[in-house]
Amino acid sequence: MSGVRAGHVPPARSDGPSVRGDAPLVLGIETSCDETGVGLVRGGLLLADTLASSVDEHARYGGVIPEIAARAHVEAMVPAVDRALSQAGLRHRDVDAIAVTAGPGLAGALLVGVAAAKAYAFALGVPLYGVHHLAAHVAVDTLEHGPLPGPSMALLVSGGHSSLLLVPDLATGAVIPLGATVDDAAGEAYDKVARLLGMPFPGGPPIDQAARDGSPTIAFPRAKAGDGTFDFSFSGLKTAVARWLEARNRAGEPIPVAAVAASFQEAVVDVLTAKSVAACRSHGVDTLVIGGGVAANSRLRSLAAARCAAAGITLRVPRPGLCTDNGAMVAALGSLQAAAGVTPSLLDMSASSTLSLERP
Amino acid sequence: MLLLAVDTATPACSVALADVEWAEPVAGTGVVRVTRRAARQVVDPRRHAELLVPLVREALDEASACPADLDALVVGLGPGPFTSLRVGVVTAAAFADALGRPAYGVCSLDGIGADTSGRVAVTTDARRREVYWAVYDSGERVAGPSVGRPGSVVEELREMAVRRVAGPGAQLYPDVFASLGEPVEPATGPGYPSPVTLARLAGASVLAGRPPAPLVPLYLRRPDAAEPRPPKAVAV
Repeated sequence: MSGVRAGHVPPARSDGPSVRGDAPLVLGIETSCDETGVGLVRGGLLLADTLASSVDEHARYGGVIPEIAARAHVEAMVPAVDRALSQAGLRHRDVDAIAVTAGPGLAGALLVGVAAAKAYAFALGVPLYGVHHLAAHVAVDTLEHGPLPGPSMALLVSGGHSSLLLVPDLATGAVIPLGATVDDAAGEAYDKVARLLGMPFPGGPPIDQAARDGSPTIAFPRAKAGDGTFDFSFSGLKTAVARWLEARNRAGEPIPVAAVAASFQEAVVDVLTAKSVAACRSHGVDTLVIGGGVAANSRLRSLAAARCAAAGITLRVPRPGLCTDNGAMVAALGSLQAAAGVTPSLLDMSASSTLSLERP
Repeated sequence: MLLLAVDTATPACSVALADVEWAEPVAGTGVVRVTRRAARQVVDPRRHAELLVPLVREALDEASACPADLDALVVGLGPGPFTSLRVGVVTAAAFADALGRPAYGVCSLDGIGADTSGRVAVTTDARRREVYWAVYDSGERVAGPSVGRPGSVVEELREMAVRRVAGPGAQLYPDVFASLGEPVEPATGPGYPSPVTLARLAGASVLAGRPPAPLVPLYLRRPDAAEPRPPKAVAV
């Protein structure tokens, strides 16, 4: 069964609502965590982007429960595809290629999207592109800000990832990991500290909100800052916040929630932005893309903007709705790969929870 | 009517293409005749996602058919290990959606039990030292599907006067199920749910044009998840 592909790139079509009607219509499916995302992209133009999230079902557990996420994907998958197509005023047979997140992510969740993508690709007779989740987070920026000038630097920060990537050329899948968290992801640290402060899951928005009323007056540690690597570490920071809160509680003193939130947030974004700028400098790159759920954080955006401006680096951050997991980013990367003539995936492809970047 | 039936609720990844028609000259009598056009099965508990669509393509090729020739999809809804079960269900749902055809779900245990005679329990592996099970009377399901420990399942079967057991679940616990009084009946055929049988069972609904129910997997267990306790102290 090997050696046979999902289909062939069909001849160009002239119909369809897009001004770039000659480019293939790519349907992207994302199910690597708790969001069922489906996007439709034609030639760099976003035509539809639908999202079903199971985040409310996970909130009481303080984190994403893989089995709950996978069950929610099964329920949401086909309705999400149909909603995306109807949003764009298109039919199933208008789709020219399917792209799907092949990894990394939660194994059971990824498999739902991959199984659906293979079925759609085979039933429609169109090619299938299994794409890398982190590369897709970078690719989504091209929908808003146009093609990336190669090479670029990407900082991807979410509840599951904290990575610095060198991106010589997105379309060919050449993405070089420079560093990543050695323990907790940045978003995970936000979730854990939010819980310590009695805030709901996910912790990013409430901490960001609380920090606006406080100043970063508490000196929390900046692990791995200035260690010469592009790796991150956030679990010690979470523990430092916990110790600080316990000491206050033991002393019977009130907790200055805004100051704790601001100080924790400053420690996180200080290291993230400093290392991103250092990575750009050391590789002679003058464009930085920030993606992932934490890219919606207001302090990360403002500090990154200030430091990039000072260093002469062009900062590109997609709008918050495109920073979190979504189907548009998968369709965007699939669209770039189809345009670049990348060989489609085989129908016996699988999901990989630990997919490496070198071989997307 | 040409049906594609798939089942991924056991270690077997099973696919069949089958024609269904009313068995009697007068349509609508309820008796369905099924003709197998092509079938594929690979037993590998960890590779359903890789195997399923290529097996579908092989079966279509053998029958000289293409996806657009399909009139309906049929899928085993379990019970079965969750990850593989979802592969079959979402594949059938997406296939049907892409083609604009209906997809019908059938209890996977029926893919074994509907072909048995007399009073028989059908069992499959539920992992965690448990089995999925259902009871059939002349091929009709009269109890289940349920999940339980082999010992307590045997107790329930004894109360229901079931003395014969089929399916791969009981084969994992031969000593426990032998206590029913008669030896475990050797599984007939491959011992896994037959997709041709699933197609036959869905056939009446397909031929009558009845709208399918939503494809809801038979998990029978709640997700493993515990609400967090208050944060533990980190300072000594």
